[in-house]
Amino acid sequence: CFAPFLCLRPPQIRVKPDRTGVVTDGVKHSMNPFCEIAVEEAVKLKEKKLVKEVVAVSCGPQQVQETIRTALAMGADRGIHVEVSGKDYETLGPLQVSKIFAALAKKEQADLIILGKQAIDDDCNQTGQMTAALLDWPQGTFASEVTLEADKLKVVREIDGGLETIKIKLPAVVTADLRLNTPRYATLPNIMKAKKKKIVNVKPADLGVDVSSRLEVLKVDEPPQRQSGVKVETVHDLVEKLKEAGRI
Amino acid sequence: FSAHCVFRKTKALLDHTNTLSLNLTELTDQQKEFQEVARKFAREEIVPAAPSYDKSGEYPFPLIKRAWELGLMNGHIPEDCGGMGLGIFDACLITEELAFGCTGVQTAIEANSLGQMPVIIAGNDAQKKKYLGRMTEEPLMCAYCVTEPGAGSDVAGIKTRAVKKGDEYVVNGQKMWITNGGKANWYFLLARTDPDPKCSASKAFTGFIVEADTPGVQPGRKELNMGQRCSDTRGITFEDVRIPKENVLIGEGAGFKIAMGAFDKTRPPVAAGATGLAQRALEEATKYALERKTFGKFIAEHQAVSFLLAEMAMKVELARMAYQRAAWEVDQGRRNTYYASIAKAYAGDIANQCATDAVQIFGGNGFNSEYPVEKLMRDAKIYQIYEGTAQIQRLIISREHLGKFKQ
Repeated sequence: CFAPFLCLRPPQIRVKPDRTGVVTDGVKHSMNPFCEIAVEEAVKLKEKKLVKEVVAVSCGPQQVQETIRTALAMGADRGIHVEVSGKDYETLGPLQVSKIFAALAKKEQADLIILGKQAIDDDCNQTGQMTAALLDWPQGTFASEVTLEADKLKVVREIDGGLETIKIKLPAVVTADLRLNTPRYATLPNIMKAKKKKIVNVKPADLGVDVSSRLEVLKVDEPPQRQSGVKVETVHDLVEKLKEAGRI
Repeated sequence: FSAHCVFRKTKALLDHTNTLSLNLTELTDQQKEFQEVARKFAREEIVPAAPSYDKSGEYPFPLIKRAWELGLMNGHIPEDCGGMGLGIFDACLITEELAFGCTGVQTAIEANSLGQMPVIIAGNDAQKKKYLGRMTEEPLMCAYCVTEPGAGSDVAGIKTRAVKKGDEYVVNGQKMWITNGGKANWYFLLARTDPDPKCSASKAFTGFIVEADTPGVQPGRKELNMGQRCSDTRGITFEDVRIPKENVLIGEGAGFKIAMGAFDKTRPPVAAGATGLAQRALEEATKYALERKTFGKFIAEHQAVSFLLAEMAMKVELARMAYQRAAWEVDQGRRNTYYASIAKAYAGDIANQCATDAVQIFGGNGFNSEYPVEKLMRDAKIYQIYEGTAQIQRLIISREHLGKFKQ
């Protein structure tokens, strides 16, 4: 499983005129880079014959199918598209997504959920952790190395102070960090083969999940415009100016 | 034989080309995915490596091998020989993206398609399985050996002789400007089998498949060219080279039509390559014009420059539409000679114009080797020469046009 497809950072992010969010129309959407790494890790585990099947999951509108197809072309066996569109999609957040993933994990009897550590559009870094909590499964987040040892997973985690190695029992949730692997290209023959793989459509209601949000976005503002600077001639002038501005 | 009766619509073709009408505005999902892979590979792997390959002239085998692994090469090889049986339209989409990265690399790759095309359109099952099959098993190169030091545009003027002796043909002659000449595993060779000077071109020549390691095949030195410098171009001498009769395509005397028939399928990709170069010129020039300032404004805000960019954009869009039309026509099973020539002629011309204009927009920096556009100018020139010169294309177009008019 992996987190929803997200907006690729466009060159110029613009806040919508009604200040409820950023403009997403016409912005190219593709797989979240950390989720690409997650898919790659899952496919690698399958190639090592440590897992039987890789299922790619994404929540969102119709376009999400393209992202699932990319995962299939990378080597996933089948896909599940959880349909969420329109207003529901705009307010879809980590809590609802985790509920969906938890429900699917139970339904599919998954042993391992791998997803990107965070999505690059909202940078929430919550879905993996919440999913594990809802399922009461152990979690290995910010993984830079994952090794299967009998029925346990050894996960090397990137933390602020360095690296932490933990062992967790399966079933578990792992979130992928940047250095876990380098995602493969989908080759053209694999893209063609992926067309024959199945993608199943599911609605959140079918999983017993209510996607309504309990959060209300009050406003979204652009960061303050960078003010132009002032050039000074001497260090003395610099100190004076800093004093004037109350900085020192 | 006429060109279209040997085209067979492969399964891949039926699956994913726009079958009923040409929709230039919306590619199929699969086409978009193919284009994505080619684009990512070109921008992330070819673009950074191209300048050093251009300086050293070294053959870009690592890049070619990577392209082969990703399935970006040999797209035309039929599925029963281990290929993907892609149509020309899809192949062109990929070619344009790779050319954006570096046309030297892309030409080395494209030469495979040119060499293979006679076998794809005219080979028997045994020949296809043997010579196309091996290309999908390992990253091998092949070459199209027609041009000679004394005959380029005038293909009927080639002098390389093939004489039948028992179950073999003995070949003697000299070929020139053969792309992949020094790297090919096998060649498509055109040689004269009928010595009678009165014999018409349509009967005097024969197409052969020649293994490169056949005794007597002597590639010359790698030629140092103006542009596309990493592509391997050589003269090749054939001295008493023996070719088994099993390696004749169709039969004695069928060679000229095969050699020419290949072009209808390879000219659209060459046009696509030229378009990729022009697109690169446009993007580099645009980026620069939005960074460089003069007289208090970004140079893009001066009309002289923005008009140059506008005209470059016009040319790129039209060249793209032209090659897509030519590719689509042949994928539909129709004779596309008219469209293929128009596309190749136009794209070759505008590639040169756009590259020159890009250098102009860069100003002094454009003339310098630390900036990417002077390479584009040097690389673009050959597009008006190979695969039929700009002048030959005009001969073809006028002949086709007048022919239609007289009907």
